[in-house]
Amino acid sequence: MIPETAPAASVRTHNLSIYVANRPGALARIAQTFSRRGFNIESLVVSPGKTAELSRMTITVKGEEAGLEQVIQQCSKLVDVVACREHDDAEVVSRELALVKIRVEAPRRAEVLQIAEYFRAKTVDMAEQAMVLEITGMPDKIDAMIGMLRKFDIEELIRTGKVIVARGDRET
Amino acid sequence: MKTGATTGAEALIRCLLAAGIDQAFGIPGGAALTLYDALYAHRDRMRFVLARHEQGATHMADGYARATGRPAAVFVTSGPGATNTVTGIMAAYMDSIPLLVVTGQATRAMLGKDAFQETDVFNLTMPIVKHSYLVKSADDVPRAVREAVYIATSGRPGPVLIDVPQDVAQEPCRAPLDAPVELPGYRPAVRAYPPEAVETVAGWLAEARRPVILAGHGAVLSGASAELRRLAEAARAPVAVTLLAKGVFPDSHPLCLGMPGMHGTAWANLALPECDLLLSLGARFDDRILGERGGFCTGARIVHVDVDPAEFGKMAAPHLRCAGDVRAFLSDLLPRLRGPCDDAEWLAEIDRNRRKHAPKTPIHGGIRPALVFGALNRLLAGRDATLATDVGQHQMWAAQTYRCERPDRFLTSGGGGAMGYGLPAAIGAQIARPGDTVVAAVGDGGFQMTQCELATVVNQRLPIKIVVFDNRELGMVRQWQDLLCGGRHSAVALDGSPDFAKLAAAYGIPAWRLKRPADVEKILRRALDTPGPALVDVETVRGETVYPMVPPGHPLADMQLRDPARRPPGRPRKARQEAKP
Repeated sequence: MIPETAPAASVRTHNLSIYVANRPGALARIAQTFSRRGFNIESLVVSPGKTAELSRMTITVKGEEAGLEQVIQQCSKLVDVVACREHDDAEVVSRELALVKIRVEAPRRAEVLQIAEYFRAKTVDMAEQAMVLEITGMPDKIDAMIGMLRKFDIEELIRTGKVIVARGDRET
Repeated sequence: MKTGATTGAEALIRCLLAAGIDQAFGIPGGAALTLYDALYAHRDRMRFVLARHEQGATHMADGYARATGRPAAVFVTSGPGATNTVTGIMAAYMDSIPLLVVTGQATRAMLGKDAFQETDVFNLTMPIVKHSYLVKSADDVPRAVREAVYIATSGRPGPVLIDVPQDVAQEPCRAPLDAPVELPGYRPAVRAYPPEAVETVAGWLAEARRPVILAGHGAVLSGASAELRRLAEAARAPVAVTLLAKGVFPDSHPLCLGMPGMHGTAWANLALPECDLLLSLGARFDDRILGERGGFCTGARIVHVDVDPAEFGKMAAPHLRCAGDVRAFLSDLLPRLRGPCDDAEWLAEIDRNRRKHAPKTPIHGGIRPALVFGALNRLLAGRDATLATDVGQHQMWAAQTYRCERPDRFLTSGGGGAMGYGLPAAIGAQIARPGDTVVAAVGDGGFQMTQCELATVVNQRLPIKIVVFDNRELGMVRQWQDLLCGGRHSAVALDGSPDFAKLAAAYGIPAWRLKRPADVEKILRRALDTPGPALVDVETVRGETVYPMVPPGHPLADMQLRDPARRPPGRPRKARQEAKP
């Protein structure tokens, strides 16, 4: 008998872009479609599309390679979904924004600002005991900056989740 | 169209009528008061049947839709009224049956306030509907209803739910009743396959030496019965018919293999693993047919024709995917056929298996269900008959033994396997086809789940013939417990059930208790000849098993032809099959 769950090696993160009619319940239907088939949503961005009637969802999901085609088909089948496509990292421009609040006082502030400058992050709030950095870029770059900031006291970390757009004249 | 002072409830019913939906089932309640007031106002055009339980009402609409191809509406109240429809909606969803389920709801201001009988049925039913609406304004009613009907009936059909808050039903609707449908994400695929695909299939058929056509429910829903028969006869290809498609290809046809799968015919299950071309027409490769995923028809080219592209690769990996309506596909394929397959040896082998494994029903030692279906075959021959079954052993015996020659005349809950389906589905079918002899074949377990609908049979004066296969146990579960639980019988005895003939008599329904094999045909004939409803309580052998059986998760080749516990005395007993994970 073929095992129902394939080895964990085939599990990876996928970028999906979903164009969907802006109707009540659309998000819940899509979320159910993924969770029922064992796909875990890692990030989800929903915003208005080109017109108010349509929304754009960018979802990164973690799940088995083998089940991905099926879950895309099931998602495309939803009445509200206009298009659901998977995109390789190589074929898209991807961006994420993060706001990082660091508990830091004057003596070590310069060190934080140096890291921020290197990653082209902006300082958007500064107080006696804390500062907030804003960084935009590929999720890897944000991970790298956060890695560098770990030695400080990161009080809060808010990430928007990844958004993507297809390069060239391809549709997202 | 007029846009006068119409309430939301009025608009809803007028839009249903305009879409050709003129049959409704249901039970009223507080939050559905305005909807029911509008039903009353339109009672001469919207025919209404009061059920005794909302599950029954939903199965009635399901049976009606299967018999007519057109959906009916179900009107229920909020809270328990709505939740009681869940089993019926699920059964319809699993079997691709169009339904319009209209649920009353608490007023808009009370949504999320835990008001009396307030339940979030919109979210509750999301995984078992094709689509759903929570209508927040009476002006949205016409568009929602028109979209709902279109979605329910087009592409792969399915149930659509419309949740209507009480104050939306009451407030005036100013929108035109022919409001446009706005569904940018919904494009049912009728002919989404490329023309070359049809040519490829014709070529593969011509090359095939051991072809099998697998006819599924999609062949029924697309009305492809005539085209299917032309294809099978022109290509000389045998046809395996799934449970839901029974009748789409005549059971009496020499090329008919009957049902494949877990309790399929021996000759279908012996043919499928050997075939070199499998042409699946509107079947979804259900686990009960595949046996083992990945071990199905491994030596065959598999062509999968389905109106729902999400079925491709879900359970089996086809070599060719044809997204489209079965009937459209067949009408494209038929002119391109290159004559009959060179498969004389294949057909001869199938016939040898058919003769070798022909079921033999012992006539001693009590009534065996196959005997009853055999008698029904003789008694119903030449009549316009519809058989609705419940779920369990009798359902499988019906699939194996009952002969159905026309599509839409064998109604059963296949994917959902909803016990309690049989009697209400028969009610829906009888309302749809007043001239048919409608027989409800039910087990004593399933019958007791919706037997309250006997009142609906009487109330509607429906001449349904009910045959209860009464073995005083949940036979299919008992069979699995014998096979997989070492014979430990856990909670399967139905002791305490009533005398069903006396129960029917309490409703004023003529009834017989059938105990001897010799009386089967006589009493069934008497029941069929009785004007109006009748019930026959058939005392069937307890402990009877359905065979052939492919143990769950095993390849079809592991089919057991007979109950290992019933080998002739003297021969060693085969070790019991172990359950596989």
